[in-house]
Amino acid sequence: MTELTRLTAAALAAALRAGEVSSVEATRAHLDRMAEVDGAYHAFLRDNAADALAAAAVVDAARMRGEDLSPLAGVPIAVKDNIVTRGLETTAGSRILAGWIPPYDATLVTKLRAAGMPILGKTNLDEFAMGSSTEHSAYGPTRNPWDVTRIPGGSGGGSAAAVASLQAPLAVGSDTGGSIRQPAAVTGTVGVKPTYGGVSRYGLIALASSLDQIGPVARNVEDAAILHEVIGGHDPRDSTSLPDAVAPFADAARHGDVRGMRVGVVLELGGEGYQDGVRASFEAALDLLRDAGAEVVEVSCPSFDFALAAYYLILPAEASSNLARFDGMRYGLRVEPKDGPVTAERVMAATRGAGFGDEVKRRIILGTHALSAGYYDAYYGSAQKVRTLIQRDFTAAFAAADVLVSPTAPTTAFRFGEKIDDPLAMYLNDVATIPANLAGIPGMSLPSGVSGDGLPVGFQILAPAHEDIRLYRVGGVLERALEARWGGPLLDVHGVNGAAE
Amino acid sequence: MSTISRHEVVRVAALARIELTEAEIDRLAGELAVIAAAVARVSEVATPDVPATSHPIPMWNVMRDDVPVEPLPVDEILAAAPEAFEGRFAVPQILGEDA
Repeated sequence: MTELTRLTAAALAAALRAGEVSSVEATRAHLDRMAEVDGAYHAFLRDNAADALAAAAVVDAARMRGEDLSPLAGVPIAVKDNIVTRGLETTAGSRILAGWIPPYDATLVTKLRAAGMPILGKTNLDEFAMGSSTEHSAYGPTRNPWDVTRIPGGSGGGSAAAVASLQAPLAVGSDTGGSIRQPAAVTGTVGVKPTYGGVSRYGLIALASSLDQIGPVARNVEDAAILHEVIGGHDPRDSTSLPDAVAPFADAARHGDVRGMRVGVVLELGGEGYQDGVRASFEAALDLLRDAGAEVVEVSCPSFDFALAAYYLILPAEASSNLARFDGMRYGLRVEPKDGPVTAERVMAATRGAGFGDEVKRRIILGTHALSAGYYDAYYGSAQKVRTLIQRDFTAAFAAADVLVSPTAPTTAFRFGEKIDDPLAMYLNDVATIPANLAGIPGMSLPSGVSGDGLPVGFQILAPAHEDIRLYRVGGVLERALEARWGGPLLDVHGVNGAAE
Repeated sequence: MSTISRHEVVRVAALARIELTEAEIDRLAGELAVIAAAVARVSEVATPDVPATSHPIPMWNVMRDDVPVEPLPVDEILAAAPEAFEGRFAVPQILGEDA
């Protein structure tokens, strides 16, 4: 039954509807695949096998009774471990939450359960989603299925690797500066960051609240679209949740047309600092969009040169505030000071000293510094002004183009250890994904091919806020053209999971 | 704009309630000085005429209907706490040593 793990989510859903396979069989196939291969990849921090199989049996029984089911009923899914799951340990990749069993479900998880989607397990991430490689996970890194000596991207490397290695047909991630899109790029998968507020964040362990967004992780554009329809929509429990109705994303992915669309190439997100193989793959994909009838134009967004700097002030500032809740009092780790009086404040400091990893400490210290008296205006205040300038650049660019495009990341997957001792070099890997978070606009990464090093390259599409549907329209067209050229999906053609044999 | 000295790391770590080892303080001071210098670039374009943006999609006065719902299960919440006592969180002494 291992062929079940090769099916797209859409194909699996169709087979389930047709009664050709049960959800229990499909869920078991993915759990078996996990047992077989995850020792090599470490995409999952823990499985949820018993609960997933029980949920699958419930869906199968409902289907037998002829009940009206959701489009993805019975299709299993993996969930990033910074999204809380009632009764299932949730750590956000941190020691400070080791063993924590949440007493509630995130709205996203409630929606997945209501849709009859068995949750296979919780995926690995950089601690509290701070990183671009999963090397900052307190539980060890996830390895890239294309090359286990290389990073799977971050922070959502676990979700991307789980989908790429056929352990799950779908996953969810969170994107604060690229944590869905950059892992998609380096693993040859598809990741979507919806418009800010498009998917409820109730129950997402907050990193930077003005930037965080939950979104779909999949092996193709259509699957991401179907999942987006299931998880999107207004949630009264999230005050930043948009009132927008969910648009017909899947239909756009299947039947989109780019004839007459203006596709804007962002001059500042390319060129110097981008690997030759990344640029070549990007250019070739642009040609396919031209062939499909799109008009390719160039746009300039000069303030993007300051996006990384603004991001690394706003994110640490907000994170330093959000992570204040981890104080050893109400949940998670509590550590008493080695000597001296055991007061609450000293316990907090000892707990946070022992419970947080290097990158989390680095960002909390930076953020606290940036917010402290005497520095606030120059740092945080200036960063917020840059945010305005970036939004203005996007507004001008979207007047000249219907979507904007760029490589998702400047490089293909780098090797473990390559950037771990140089925080700035690590941060630079997010240079192309960060502007979307600062402006709240939606973005998608889909594979555009492989570079000369044999590793996948990500193609990023950006759309104006509330226009997520354009990502699926353009992404669907580009994916169909690429797969026609490759002779099938990239992961299959390149035999990442042995399919080429 | 100032750089981040060892002294500043110690001051800020106390504000952030994070106990650091001497080695961590040394390393963070070096790393944060480099990062702070890089991010200080924002002041180059942040002129007085540019308004600040704190939130990407503006929203005002978000309200929801006041509907009673079941509270979170207290037993599950306390089961996940480091220490609990008679239906409450148990915490260390909260007043200073001089009290």
